[in-house]
Amino acid sequence: MVASSPFGSSIKRREDPRLITGAGHYTDDVRLPGMLSMAILRSPHAHARIVNIDTSAAKAMPGVVAIYTGADLVDLVAPVPCAWQPKNSDIKVPEYRPLAVDTVRYVGDGVAAVVAENRYMAEDAAAAINVQYDTLPVVVHQLDAMKDGAPQLYDSVPNNVAFHFHLEGGDVDAAFQKADLTFKQRLVNQRLIPNAMETRGAVASYQRGSNELTLWCTTQNPHIVRFLMSLCTNIPETQIRVLSQDIGGGFGSKIAMQAGEMIASVISKDLLRPIKWMEDRSENYVSTTHGRDHVDDVEVAAMKDGRVVGLKVTAYANMGAYLSTAAPGVPTWLFTVTQSGAYDIPNVASDVYGVLTNTTATDAYRGAGRPEATYLIERVMDLVAKKLNLDPTEVRRKNFIPSDAFPYSIASGAIAYDSGDYDKTLDRALEMIDYAALRKEQEQARAEGRLFGVGFSTYIEVCGLAPSAAAGAMGFGGGLYESAVVRVHPTGKVTVLTGINPQGQGEGTTFAQLLNGELGVPVEDIEIVWGDTDRIPMGWGTYGSRSTAVGGSALVFAARKVRDKMMKIGAHLLEVSPEEVVFDQGSVHVKGAPDQVKSFGEIALAAYTAWNMPEGVTPGLDESYFFDPVSNTFPFGAHVCVVEIDKDSGKADVRRYVAVDDVGNVINPMIVDGQIHGGIAQGLAQAVLETAVYDDNGQLLSGTMMDYAIPKASSFPNYELDRTVTPCPFNPMGLKGVGEAGTIASTPAIMNAIVDALSPLGVEHFDMPASPQRIWQLVHEQKGN
Amino acid sequence: MYPSAFDYFRPSSVDEVVKLLQENPEGKIIAGGHSLLPMMKLRLAAPASLIDIGRVPGLDGIRSDNGGVAFGARTTYDQIIKSDVVQQTLPVAAEAAGVVGDIQVRNRGTIGGSIAHADPAADFPAVLLALDAKVNATGPNGQRTIGIDDFFVDMFTTSLEPEEIVTEISVAKPAAKTGMAYEKFSHPASGYAIVGVAASVTLGNDGNVSAARIAITGAGPIAVRANGTESALVGQAPTAENVKAAAQKASDGMTFLGDIHAGEEYRAHLTRVFTERAINKAVERAQG
Repeated sequence: MVASSPFGSSIKRREDPRLITGAGHYTDDVRLPGMLSMAILRSPHAHARIVNIDTSAAKAMPGVVAIYTGADLVDLVAPVPCAWQPKNSDIKVPEYRPLAVDTVRYVGDGVAAVVAENRYMAEDAAAAINVQYDTLPVVVHQLDAMKDGAPQLYDSVPNNVAFHFHLEGGDVDAAFQKADLTFKQRLVNQRLIPNAMETRGAVASYQRGSNELTLWCTTQNPHIVRFLMSLCTNIPETQIRVLSQDIGGGFGSKIAMQAGEMIASVISKDLLRPIKWMEDRSENYVSTTHGRDHVDDVEVAAMKDGRVVGLKVTAYANMGAYLSTAAPGVPTWLFTVTQSGAYDIPNVASDVYGVLTNTTATDAYRGAGRPEATYLIERVMDLVAKKLNLDPTEVRRKNFIPSDAFPYSIASGAIAYDSGDYDKTLDRALEMIDYAALRKEQEQARAEGRLFGVGFSTYIEVCGLAPSAAAGAMGFGGGLYESAVVRVHPTGKVTVLTGINPQGQGEGTTFAQLLNGELGVPVEDIEIVWGDTDRIPMGWGTYGSRSTAVGGSALVFAARKVRDKMMKIGAHLLEVSPEEVVFDQGSVHVKGAPDQVKSFGEIALAAYTAWNMPEGVTPGLDESYFFDPVSNTFPFGAHVCVVEIDKDSGKADVRRYVAVDDVGNVINPMIVDGQIHGGIAQGLAQAVLETAVYDDNGQLLSGTMMDYAIPKASSFPNYELDRTVTPCPFNPMGLKGVGEAGTIASTPAIMNAIVDALSPLGVEHFDMPASPQRIWQLVHEQKGN
Repeated sequence: MYPSAFDYFRPSSVDEVVKLLQENPEGKIIAGGHSLLPMMKLRLAAPASLIDIGRVPGLDGIRSDNGGVAFGARTTYDQIIKSDVVQQTLPVAAEAAGVVGDIQVRNRGTIGGSIAHADPAADFPAVLLALDAKVNATGPNGQRTIGIDDFFVDMFTTSLEPEEIVTEISVAKPAAKTGMAYEKFSHPASGYAIVGVAASVTLGNDGNVSAARIAITGAGPIAVRANGTESALVGQAPTAENVKAAAQKASDGMTFLGDIHAGEEYRAHLTRVFTERAINKAVERAQG
């Protein structure tokens, strides 16, 4: 396929035939000679002192090679690192040992690692380890944990508050004084379990002699794993190779360092045998990070016409039992810079408390901080509309940042939006849903006593996570540029090495489309390579909808370097000056004389044989580029959800869902639609289905897929999608990113619709998940009154 | 999710199954395995041996039986859905089979396994109670028939003897002017019934209800008949008001389970709501 534009072609995903016919190569598919299986014995208690661990019976069981406890690992591996420590906070990072040494702090905390000839033997032996615990008081809720007298997780973290973060802009107090309307609302953003289809896991193989660690693991960012693993194990970075190629979903849960990866690596080094550890699903539910879990108190100042002039947010984020690798950045920076949404709110103050509890640690989960912020501000818009008796679309329009105000700096000045036209997406969504007719239908339904609601979300998101200077300023322990190598082979085939690390997002296809647009090489002749730290110079990985906007841009710039060199070589072969040739869909010809031409393949071969190179041009066609954009990207859109609630069962049925998104220029519309579809489903699931529930003893009640309600294909209606295109000016292709848009947008859209449906019962707010039972209780209590 | 070790047997006759059950008191029969294997993987069950009846002849198939239907114990949900005999005689069985689990479960799960396992939230216990089914079982003392009303004893407990195997489940030909329906409120995570109500309603020549069997699964520890509802219906005209009033009695005397998705009070409420819906649908079908 040769296209003149990299945009707009829905070619099928090249990675799919391999994956859907079972020919993928996931971490669990790695089988090495002499490989042992590892099982981790996990604490059944949420908080307890380890009095004694007796492994003698387990060690004598068939197939058992070794058993390690936390104490055995202290000299082999450093604590699990926390790599995002916001500078404008008083963060205290407690020590998190890969296996607990004397105290367990959540159900699932590792206590011992059993290595055996196979996993069944390892599991049987783990069950035979006798651990004596002395249980301690437990606290699972962040508001309880902050109270005086609450159980303390660490002596070094008084009142369990790991950090307090503050960000503000404008004069918030003055805004509240002059406002016509002020009100407070508490919003609970419940804890979710990411549920990537492939659980976390690793195969670690340490070679004697070369002293090299090869680590296959399921991560979104292999170079970060190599860097942190080197720091934690003292194995030099030059001797660590991290491989992370086929990844079965991540949703943010594969960013953080996993204790299991570290344990497998150092045991492999200790035993000089390859070690495989894959979480089973039950283990995944407690040992891999969870998402969200905020209690957000918001205070709003608004004028009579609906303009919001001030916002105060106090957020309490449940961090779990320790601070996971990127966790502190999520409820602080990522949450606060998104808080004013698509709206020009001049005065905003945010306080965030990161609280430790006896629960699984939280970290990034699809959207990471931005869904929590978007839910907050989109609920605020509806609350303002309700309290002032205005239409929710009118309040939104009143507050939209005007399309001529970009780049737009938020109140705190911490970030500037790239481009946007928020009225345009809302106009299109209202047209698609036929808003006037819909409100009439609602009036009719209400007259019949039916619970029928319409909800909006005119969201923005902060995507294309970058630039490195901002990462540094925000306390992120790494850069956020991206690298690409474009390597043209002598036959004219092309290998692209990219530092991003997709988990199903389709860059194996879209990056080939981008390169096809730049160099005219057929997509079939392009190989996109990721997930191997020995092949790829550097990379920060795939998260924060950054892969195409940042990594794709690096690819485009590297391709342009290749193009320039090919023009020099082509011109030389055509015996004209480089100014006299054009690069046209892969070939180089003399301006105005398309028959005087050198093909892509001819130039590639000439570059490698190097028999006849222009003066000063080196052989080969292999260019790299490290791209660090000046700012983030800001996708936006308008989602409309229509809901009807069955009063008898309490079930909310989504009748229609319209989404108009603007993600900048679109490379592959089918893949973008797929991202939007999946994102909407994941966001709706938070609204009506999913919730991780702990009891007071810190036991995860929603600990299996029989209890934790992930969405099914049958859970939702067809989505009606459209797009507007507002290119991002900060990258060469005008790309914004789409990986998280649907998730960020849809949760408030459906919750606003559900609250609207319930409003005849006097409801102004309803917390998630809006499960049938909870809605029924509300309707039932209302009837009782 | 790794089961502990177990022995595995693959008998080739019902007699051999019975013999293995006698020799292995800690053994469990496995057919489709879609209830037992998850329990073993979670280590909630650890049978010392599995007796796989997958290749035992004579347990398969659906046949017409004096105008009624006989299901071999190893009949899968998918076979029930696709059976012409079921579609013509007992379409409610196909309707209920269609809302069991997912495609994989319907392909592997069996009707005999479902009732022998007696999961309180399984669909078929209610359906078979409403259809007044008979269960044929074989044990050391030969064959016997157990009426479905006597079959379910408690959560995961039936009146089968430890050494008996279910071989066939039969349902008599429905009376004229009988309508049947199965209405289910699915658990949002597991897909099992939070409440499932099966109704079989027969109308007399006067249009009034002449017989009714209503059964409820999911809500409590065991699938049960809604006796109060049944007796309130019989002799009455099946009007919306009468059905509503009868359905209000469905939760009377029941014990309810509760979990994070549905507490006891909510399950009691749903029992009444879905009983009303199932009866109304059955009546509509009876009126044809």
